[in-house]
Amino acid sequence: MSKLLTRRTLVTASVATAGTAALGVAASRYNLIPPDYGTLFGAGETLTYASQRLLSSGHSMAREFTRADISKSPVVNGPAPPDEAFRRLAADGFKDWRLQIEGLIERPMSFTLDELKNMPADSHILLHACEQGWSYIAEWTGVRLSHVLELVKARPEARYAVFMPFPNPQQTTGIIRVQWESIDMADAHHPQTLLAYGMNGGVLPADFGAPLRLRMGREMGWKNTKYLSRIIITNDMSQYRKGAGTWYGGI
Amino acid sequence: MLICERPARRRAFIKGMSALEGTHQLSSASLDSYAGAAPAGPTAAESARQSLRHLAVVRVTHWIFALGVIGLILSGSGILISHPRFYWGETGAVGVPALIDLPLPMIIGPSVWNRPIHFFFAWFLVLGALTYVIGGLVTRHIGKDLLPAKSDLGWRPIARVIWDHLRWKRTSADEAWTYNVVQRLTYLFVLFVLFPGIVWTGLAMSFTVASVFPFLATLIGGHQSARLFHFVFASLLLIFLIVHLAMLVLVGFRSHVRAMITGRIPQKRSTL
Repeated sequence: MSKLLTRRTLVTASVATAGTAALGVAASRYNLIPPDYGTLFGAGETLTYASQRLLSSGHSMAREFTRADISKSPVVNGPAPPDEAFRRLAADGFKDWRLQIEGLIERPMSFTLDELKNMPADSHILLHACEQGWSYIAEWTGVRLSHVLELVKARPEARYAVFMPFPNPQQTTGIIRVQWESIDMADAHHPQTLLAYGMNGGVLPADFGAPLRLRMGREMGWKNTKYLSRIIITNDMSQYRKGAGTWYGGI
Repeated sequence: MLICERPARRRAFIKGMSALEGTHQLSSASLDSYAGAAPAGPTAAESARQSLRHLAVVRVTHWIFALGVIGLILSGSGILISHPRFYWGETGAVGVPALIDLPLPMIIGPSVWNRPIHFFFAWFLVLGALTYVIGGLVTRHIGKDLLPAKSDLGWRPIARVIWDHLRWKRTSADEAWTYNVVQRLTYLFVLFVLFPGIVWTGLAMSFTVASVFPFLATLIGGHQSARLFHFVFASLLLIFLIVHLAMLVLVGFRSHVRAMITGRIPQKRSTL
């Protein structure tokens, strides 16, 4: 007991330190570190994100349901923005609306709603669950985000896609982050990740995110940004999410 | 009959325990204090007192569990009040008939903060449980201290323990060194039913995990059913925690908390 630093503890400590460092480098190399790893609960967030990404590597598919399972009254969580600009766009069927894509891409582009609807369409019947506890099943129709990312040629160093809704998120900040979200490339390229313009066989209703929303199979409700106007491809989240809450929270 | 035989069996058990651990203890530190012992050799209870009441792996994981469970119950309550209604199957929401509608206020905001806190403390539970099971098997703690003796598994010995507790009968010094059959069954239930059940139902609600292991959700009825079971398991765990703390206060808070930190039972108290 008197010898605090024995050879054995020294060797054990150095092996443990080197092991942890090697693990950190490997985790970073394989994109297993979430951008908010340094926050107060970042250790749990990192463990959750890394273990789920290791588990789901290889495009594991979220559960799909049948048309008979579709909920009669899906939940409206936060109705359409009472913004003048949004109302003007909605009044003429979003003719003047554009989806802008920018950031780490070869070809910055913007798309009209008709252009998106002319791309190969895909439909999924998925469970939509909020972290609060409620859930509903609905069918979503849209173009795969992976298809759009091919058109704009996302660069290989891209790690995240940030989804900006309108109105300007700077004007609407609050404790509940319904304004904008970001995902990693594993989710962005996932076959069940849609830029959805249709719901339950009809046009996407205003309360559910018209004209276009993100709809993913493997994420909770709050990640699926409504009222899309801009997508930014980046590998640096530091300018977007600071401090509060959790980035992944995908468990 | 059974009641008469019990002390003998228990002493034999303690003797076995001290044979395993007492020697280890002697070799390490307690030679000085041990030198004064009678040459004829200590009695079973005395030599047991030279060893540890709680193994290191039990003590360390106990406090990891304590932190984790308290963090989980607090943050889980925060998530619960953002929608204190439960449903069967896959879906459910306000406006849909609920299976259980708890008389709690619906406070939505904090769920954003409680979620990362909940998963943070969930890792305490998961990593603590892995450490406990591996350590508990290696040290033979689970087989020795938790699995009840076959003869204890009738309703009569179980009823005797409950009856003793209801009469506020003090445990003897010998009995303080082992778990009674009700304690053993309760700890086994918490460790091998409640903990895995809570982790299972929690993971079943994860979209990513359910995409890899869909059976986690489908086997138990769906997403909302998983949420219901998660709540039921958590409630049982909360009841356990309340009884556990109440018993702790009844049998002596300071000495038992000290035993769970240092591993030792204070000499004076245990001989009372």
